[in-house]
Amino acid sequence: MIPVSYFFILSILLFVLGIIAFFIKRDLITMFMAVEIMLNAANLAFIALAKAAGSPAGQVIVFFVITVAAAEAAVGLAIIMLVFRQKKSIKAEDMRLMKG
Amino acid sequence: MGYFLFFLLAFICVGSVLGMILSKNQAHSALFLVLAFASLGGLFGLLDAPFIAAVQIIIYAGAIMVLFIFVIMMINLEQGISPERKKWTLGLAGVLAVFLLIELILAIRGSWGDLGTTGGESIGSPTELGRLLFTDYLYPFEITSVLIIAALVGAIVLVKRKEKE
Repeated sequence: MIPVSYFFILSILLFVLGIIAFFIKRDLITMFMAVEIMLNAANLAFIALAKAAGSPAGQVIVFFVITVAAAEAAVGLAIIMLVFRQKKSIKAEDMRLMKG
Repeated sequence: MGYFLFFLLAFICVGSVLGMILSKNQAHSALFLVLAFASLGGLFGLLDAPFIAAVQIIIYAGAIMVLFIFVIMMINLEQGISPERKKWTLGLAGVLAVFLLIELILAIRGSWGDLGTTGGESIGSPTELGRLLFTDYLYPFEITSVLIIAALVGAIVLVKRKEKE
């Protein structure tokens, strides 16, 4: 019998940690991982609220979020590979031209 | 017992996210993230969502992070990240994070006690979720399959090396 608000606080903490990681890290792959942490924090909030509301609809949303995150990871990592092939670097500040 | 599991999993989760932030090596970061996602799967199980817990561990900790590790191995960068301007971003990140934390806590402060506790009747059985997916959420479900096809084809087209003309 754990209060659901504990899970909510944990999700807020994880989201803020994801923001911190996104700003501190300089390479594209780790920044991308920080985005995944934020997505997971949002998933935790969705599931906590589904439990609080007593309805499984929040869990269905989380299912969709996980699917979209998988698609996003595939395309994002493909773009990172392309950037690496062109620039031989994956640091964010090396990407400042619109044209390769 | 429930409290013990919650605090153990929450500690592992936050600790491995901190490890991911502090580690200089991208492969170590990815492995820390696998640990964080696995313990989040355990937390989903505590919140009465066994199906989502299994999906989290299979897809997130399994498939997505394996993809990350593949790309890290293909890229294989030796040099770390240059230290200059790091103080500046650290300060910006700290200020933003503190403001966001205060704002979020203020936003949910009113509904603190109304959320109830875990336990009680079960809501997230795979049967119930499957029924919802194929009735109320049928259109999003079908659109998701189109999205995955598009992402798959897009990723292949992007990474494919061009033939020499």
